[in-house]
Amino acid sequence: MKQRPSLDLSALPTFGHGPRSPTWWGTLGFMALEGMGFAIAAGAYLYLATLWPNWRLSAPQPNHWPGTIVTLLLIVSLVPNHILHGYAKRCAIGPVRIGMVVMSLLGVAPLVVRWFEFPALNIYWDTNAYGSMLWVLLGLHTTHLITDVGDTIVLTVLMFTRHGYSGRRFGDVGDNVFYWDFVVLTWIPIYLLIYWMPRLG
Amino acid sequence: MSSADLASERDLPPEREASVKGDIAPEHDGPRDTGMDDAGLHRWLTRTWRTPPGIIGALSSVDHKVIARRYLITAFVFLCLGGLNAVAMRIQLSGPQRGLIGPDLYNQLFTMHGVTMMFLFAVPIVQATGIYLVPLMVGTRNIAFPRLNAFSYWIYVSGGIFAWVSFALNMAPDVGWFAYVPLSGPEFAPGKRADVWAQMITYTEVSSLAVAVATIVTVFKQRAPGMSLDRIPLYVWAMLVTSFVVVFAMPAVMITSTFLILDRLVGTHIFNPAEGGDALLFQHLFWFFGHPEVYIIFLPATGMISAIIPVFARRPVFGHLGLVLSLIAVGFLSFGLWVHHMFATGLPKLGASFFTASSMMIAIPNGVQIFCWLATLWDGRPVIRTPLLFVFGFFFIFVIGGLTGVMLASVPLDLQVHDTYFVVAHFHYVLIGGSVFPLLGAAYFWFPKISGRMMSERLGRWHFWLAFIGFNAAFFPMHLVGLWGMPRRVYTYPAELGWGNINLFISAGAVVFFLSFVLFTFNLAHGALKGALAGDNPWDAGTLEWATSSPPPSYNFARIPIVTHGEPLWAEREALPVATGLRVDVRELLISTVAEAHPDIREKSATPSIWPLLAAIAVGGTFVYSIFTPWAVAWGAAPIAITLIGWFWPKGDPEDEE
Ligand code: HEM
Ligand SMILES: [Cu+2]
Repeated sequence: MKQRPSLDLSALPTFGHGPRSPTWWGTLGFMALEGMGFAIAAGAYLYLATLWPNWRLSAPQPNHWPGTIVTLLLIVSLVPNHILHGYAKRCAIGPVRIGMVVMSLLGVAPLVVRWFEFPALNIYWDTNAYGSMLWVLLGLHTTHLITDVGDTIVLTVLMFTRHGYSGRRFGDVGDNVFYWDFVVLTWIPIYLLIYWMPRLG
Repeated sequence: MSSADLASERDLPPEREASVKGDIAPEHDGPRDTGMDDAGLHRWLTRTWRTPPGIIGALSSVDHKVIARRYLITAFVFLCLGGLNAVAMRIQLSGPQRGLIGPDLYNQLFTMHGVTMMFLFAVPIVQATGIYLVPLMVGTRNIAFPRLNAFSYWIYVSGGIFAWVSFALNMAPDVGWFAYVPLSGPEFAPGKRADVWAQMITYTEVSSLAVAVATIVTVFKQRAPGMSLDRIPLYVWAMLVTSFVVVFAMPAVMITSTFLILDRLVGTHIFNPAEGGDALLFQHLFWFFGHPEVYIIFLPATGMISAIIPVFARRPVFGHLGLVLSLIAVGFLSFGLWVHHMFATGLPKLGASFFTASSMMIAIPNGVQIFCWLATLWDGRPVIRTPLLFVFGFFFIFVIGGLTGVMLASVPLDLQVHDTYFVVAHFHYVLIGGSVFPLLGAAYFWFPKISGRMMSERLGRWHFWLAFIGFNAAFFPMHLVGLWGMPRRVYTYPAELGWGNINLFISAGAVVFFLSFVLFTFNLAHGALKGALAGDNPWDAGTLEWATSSPPPSYNFARIPIVTHGEPLWAEREALPVATGLRVDVRELLISTVAEAHPDIREKSATPSIWPLLAAIAVGGTFVYSIFTPWAVAWGAAPIAITLIGWFWPKGDPEDEE
C-alpha cells in the first residue's frame, strides 16, 4: 500500500514515568491479578468463618505482636519509598542509589520479623481449617514480600553498575516504588483478618 | 480530526519538562527513518528486528508472530489429541456393554478430553490469535513485554507435555475437568493423578495471565496515532475485554488448585468439612472462574465474527458502539453467574433465583450482538465465502446452545437433567458453536495474512458442510438420550435401556465431525504449499493488519500508520498516512496515550533472549517437582531467581540501556 508521511515523531522523548510508561501499566495489571488472588483467599477465609458458628474452632488466639511490628515497619517504609520516587522522577542518580539501599534494608527488616509471625499464630496449618487459612494468608503475603525484596535488591545492585544511569532504570525504580506500595497495602486487610478478626469472635 | 492535528502543540504531554531530559546520561541517537527510501528502510529494519538464525536464535525469538504461530500449531495439536480422546470414548459408547475401554481408562479419557479442550486448546488458541493479530491491528511492531509473551508460550507447552506424559504413564487425572472435592481430595484420590490436574492448571493459568497483561498493555499503550477508543477494531475490543476477564477470573482457579494441592500434600483442611473446612467452597471458587472461562472462549469468537461480517457484507458493522457496550456488559455479567453450575447442591432458594435471573439477563447483550450482526448482513451485499459460511454455522448452532442454556438456567429443569447427556449436548453446542466454528471461519479469513497464500474455497465449502452435518449428527441426539436419562461420564450402559441405536448414530456423527478436521488439516497444508498468492489484502478488508504484506515482515510496519477512521484502509484508499522519525538501528516503537492515542514516547522493545525459555524450565521444573514434595518450592527458588535475573539484567543492547 502507498504511504504518505504526515506526522513526525522524532522529537518525542524515549521514556516516561508513571502512567505514561507501558511498564507501569504492566505492573498495575499484575497488581490487579495478584490483588484478585488475595481477595479470593480472603473471601475463602470469610466464607469458612461465617459457615462455622464456633469459628477459630477452639484454637488459641494468635499473638499479634510480631504482626503488629511488621505492620508498623511496612507503614514507616512508605515514607522513604515515596521520597525515593521523587528522586527517580528527577533522575538524580546519587540519592536514588541511597534510597534503594534504604528500601532494601526496609524490605529485609519486616521479612526478619515475619519469621516470628508464623509461630505466633499459635496453631499449625494441619491442625484444622482455621489454622490452614491463617498459614495460607500469611504465606501468600510472604511470597509477595520475598519476591519484591529480592527484586529491590537486584535493582539496587544494578543502580550501582554502569547500567544504572539511564532513563529506563529510573523508570524501573519508579515501578519498584509502586509495587512496594501494593505489598504494604495488601498487608493491612490481611493483618486485620489474621489477628483482629479472631479477637472479635 | 485530520492527521495533521496529531502533531500540534497540545498533543505533547504537559509533564514533559525539558529539564528532566537534561539530567539524563548522554542523549543517545541513531539513524532515523525520516526521508529514507523504502529499500534502505527495509534493510535497516530487517536487520534490527529479525529473529536470529539457528536453534538458539529460534528459541530466543520474541517476535509476536513467531510466538503466535507456535501457539496456534501447538493448540491445534492439542485439539487433535483431545479429539482422539473423544473418538475413543465414542467408539466405546457406540454400543451397549462394549469392552473396549474399562472404567478407569474411561475416567482418564473424559478428564483428559475436558482439560485438553478447555485449558490446552480453547483458551490458548483464542489468546494466540490475539497475540498474532492485536499488534498488527493496532498498528505496532511487537506485543508489549515480548519476553513475557515468549515465556508464556514455554510455560504453556510444558504444561501440555506434562499432562500428556502423565496420561502416557497411566497417571492422568481421572476426576473430571473440574476435579470436585472430596473425589479429588486426599481421601478419595490417592496417587498423583489429581495433583497432575492441579499443577497443569497452574501452568496454563500462569501462561494465560501473562498473555492477558501483555494484551491489555498493547491495546492501551501501543495503538497507532489517531486510533482513539472509538476507532479500535471490534476484534481488539473483544480481546481487551477477554484479557480483563482473564485477569479477574483466573486467579480464582489458581487459588483453587493451590488449595487442593495443599490439602493433598501438606495436610491442610481447607476443603475438609471434618476439620472446619468445606467441600462446597471448592465449587464456589472453581466456578467463580469456570463460568467466566466460557466467556474467555466466547468473547474472542464474537470479535472474530465482528471482523469477518463487515468485510463480506461490504459495509462497516452496524451498531459499533452497541457491540462494544455489549462486549463490556458480557464481561461484567460473566462474573455474576457462577452459581448456576451449583443448582444441584441445595443452595438457598432466593440465591438460586438471583442467579437464574442473572443467567437470563446475559442473554440481552448477547442478543444485541446477534441483532447488530444480522443488521449488518441485511443491509450489506453479502459475498458468501467460507469464512462467512462458518459464521452462519455459528449462528445456527450457538442459538440452539443458547436456548438449552436458558432452559438449564431454571432450577427445576436443571435438577432433572443435571449430569446427563443433555448437559453434554448443551455445552458442546455452546463451546463448538460459539468458539470452534468462528475459529474455523477466522482460520480461513486470516490464513492468507499469516501464510501469504489462500486456502481452497472449494475444499472449504466441503469442510464446512462436513463439519456442520457431523457436528449436529453427533450432538443433537445427545439432548434426547439425556432426557431419556443417560448420565454423563459412564463408560457403558446395559442393552435393556434401548440406548444402543442412538448412541451408534452419535458415534457415527462424531467420526464425520472428526473427519472434517482431517479435511481442514489437508486444506491448511495444501494452502500453505500450493495456495494462490494472497497479496496484502485479498478480501479488501478495512483494518490495519491488511495494510502490510502477507506474511508481515518481522517489524510489521515499515512506518507506523496513522488512523483517521474506524476502517482506515477503506477511508484512505489512495495512500495510507504514516508517521516518521523513529530510529531504525534499535527496536523502536511508538507509545501513545490511553484514550486518544496521541503519540507520546519512542519506546524500545525487548530484543531476543534465551532467558524466558530458561526461566520457564526453572518454573516448570518446580511445578512438576512440587507434586512430590512441598520442598520443591525451596529448591526451585534459586534457579527461578537466577533465570529471572538473567532475563532482566541489561546485556549492553541499546534496548536494555537507554
Ligand atoms: C470431536 C469433537 C468432540 C466430541 C466428539 C466430543 C465428545 C465428548 C463426549 C462424548 C463427552 C462426554 C464424556 C462423558 O461424559 O462420558 C465430552 C465431554 C466434554 N467435552 Fe467434548 N467433544 C468434542 C469436542 C469438544 C470441544 C471442542 C470442547 C471444548 C472446547 C469440548 C469440551 C468438553 C468438556 C469440557 C467435557 C466434559 C468433560 C468432563 O466431564 O469432565 N469437547 N465430549
Ligand atoms: Cu456458567
